Amino acid sequence: MNKNPIDWTKYLIVFLLTAGLFGVAAWLSNYFGGQKISELKSIQDNIALDILSSETQFSLLSDLSCKNMNDSILSGQLSEIGTKLEWEEQNMGNTPEVLYLRKYYSLLEIKDYLLMKNISKRCGTKYAFILYFYTTKENCSQCQREGLVLSDLRSKYPSLRVYSFDYSTDLSAVKSMLDIYKIKDTALPAVVLQDEALTGFRTETELENKIKKFFGLEEKSGAKSAGKSASASSTGIKKP
Amino acid sequence: MLSVSDIIFYIFAFFAAYAQLFLLITFLENRKILDKKNSVTELERYPAVTIIVPCWNEERTLSRTVRSILNLKYPKNRLRLILIDDGSTDGTWQAILRFAKYPNVKVFRKGNGGKHTALNLGLEHTDTEFLGCLDADSEADPESLLRLMSYFEKNPNLMAVTPSIVVKRAQNAVERAQKVEYYMANVFVKKMQAFLGAIHVTPGPLTIFRKKVFENLGPYRYAHNTEDMEIAYRMQKNHYLIEQCHEAVVYTSTPLSIRKLYKQRLRWIYGFINNTIDYRNVLFRKKYGNFALFTVPSGILALLASTFIFGKFIASAINLVSTKVMEYQTVGLKLIPKRNIFDPFFISTQATLFIGIFMVILVLITVFLGYKMAEGKGKFFSMDVLYFFLIFSFVAPIWLLQALLSTAFSRRPAWR
Repeated sequence: MNKNPIDWTKYLIVFLLTAGLFGVAAWLSNYFGGQKISELKSIQDNIALDILSSETQFSLLSDLSCKNMNDSILSGQLSEIGTKLEWEEQNMGNTPEVLYLRKYYSLLEIKDYLLMKNISKRCGTKYAFILYFYTTKENCSQCQREGLVLSDLRSKYPSLRVYSFDYSTDLSAVKSMLDIYKIKDTALPAVVLQDEALTGFRTETELENKIKKFFGLEEKSGAKSAGKSASASSTGIKKP
Repeated sequence: MLSVSDIIFYIFAFFAAYAQLFLLITFLENRKILDKKNSVTELERYPAVTIIVPCWNEERTLSRTVRSILNLKYPKNRLRLILIDDGSTDGTWQAILRFAKYPNVKVFRKGNGGKHTALNLGLEHTDTEFLGCLDADSEADPESLLRLMSYFEKNPNLMAVTPSIVVKRAQNAVERAQKVEYYMANVFVKKMQAFLGAIHVTPGPLTIFRKKVFENLGPYRYAHNTEDMEIAYRMQKNHYLIEQCHEAVVYTSTPLSIRKLYKQRLRWIYGFINNTIDYRNVLFRKKYGNFALFTVPSGILALLASTFIFGKFIASAINLVSTKVMEYQTVGLKLIPKRNIFDPFFISTQATLFIGIFMVILVLITVFLGYKMAEGKGKFFSMDVLYFFLIFSFVAPIWLLQALLSTAFSRRPAWR
């Protein structure tokens, strides 16, 4: 006869061990996730410092400052942080830390946008600015495509600066921009080009024509210089 | 916020890890027993044993199988052999007749009725206290029977003993993948199940039974083409003790191609599902011990979890392809990666990744122990392990899924 009794203690111990294993997995996930958040925070702090420094420099030197201004000190890392933030949102979900970083990032984008606009105006540098508003994939079926179009345009035109904003960002500065350009969540994706709000999906050709018309930008020549410029002068574009 | 799919994944992963840890803890509990070398060279008594070899189109392998039995280190006058041709259409019968001259060999020929009918014919002609079957694609190690019989000598309550079944000659990737799987499943896991009193298959290659098992419980049944599983279920239901003698080795031929492996496994899994359905009243009932609480539930879980994870994988693959198509339609073909793939930031830190790593480590430990028990030395990694992961991760879920569908639509898989 098979009289192998059931060892309930063993069943319980293994249960606790398995729970412990899952606990370790959760802890490791939190630990490494936290490291990434710290990394992002640190990059953002650096950007904030860069922007503040540039603003101060700009105010101090006024018109004479143009020759001293270059975009590399402003937002070289803004593109990197945009891509990393997007990855973190996909990977970790919208945790409070990620939402905070998203707000911080949006604020830095607005500051960079305003500063670059001033520099461009005063110094006559050829920069094109696009503000891009999107929302989640579930609420905006075309946002992902628009994001792709803008990324592609950015790589074609090194002087094009694209600032992307999540419609749902709970930040008064973002809400003010939405009010200024009268953008509703039902009309996303939305692109603001030279103060003109274009809602709904816009093709690459259409946007390209407008960029050429408004800003007189030229397409990059040679992949080497383009790659360098694109990373140095543009911000990450969120594709939900 | 976790999605429903994530929650299901975590539940499956939890129980999969639970099953692996349960086996490892069982191993640690019985480590000392396993460390003892069972160097049996003789028995006090040599009970007569009948080995039945059912054959269906086995002309090429039969001879080696029979010779391996004739070469067993067991007194020849205590060993009987019954060769049965189950309606073969090749030269199997002629191959069988070559052994008819031996005094301890009986030969029979019948119309094709399935393996269980051939075994039952053999049972009818068995007059020994012990009997076993040896599939005609397997070869027994010379010392295997002696070692198996030593278990009966030690424990008079024992009703059946299974050997360690290993792959005969692993040459191509499919065979090498199975070699690792056999070390894991047929050596390590089976031994742990034996410690738990919860073996659920008494395999065709040389499991030895007391004849009393069939006298009391009846002959083999059709059992969805997996009669060796059904008899084990029936024995467990009747509290008959089954052991595993890991030192007794039987070499078996395994499918050479993915297609043949697929057919074999489809039959096995279909058999598992349907035998479990037939014996559903045993499940989770305390009186049937670890068999009802651990072995069969683990099998069901493995079946559902693999199918679910594979479904998740397919959904991700479809999503990826549709995203790429959309990208192509929107901006054309772009080969430049969107992010720096060498930046460690872009390595996932989700809990699922760490759970996955832990699961792989647990499987590798099991592989190591399986190797150690079968070959005397452990091996964490070899090309065989890589083939095992590749073939069993991607192909196994498909046969599992098809076995579930075949059950749902009552479509019985073919034997070969």
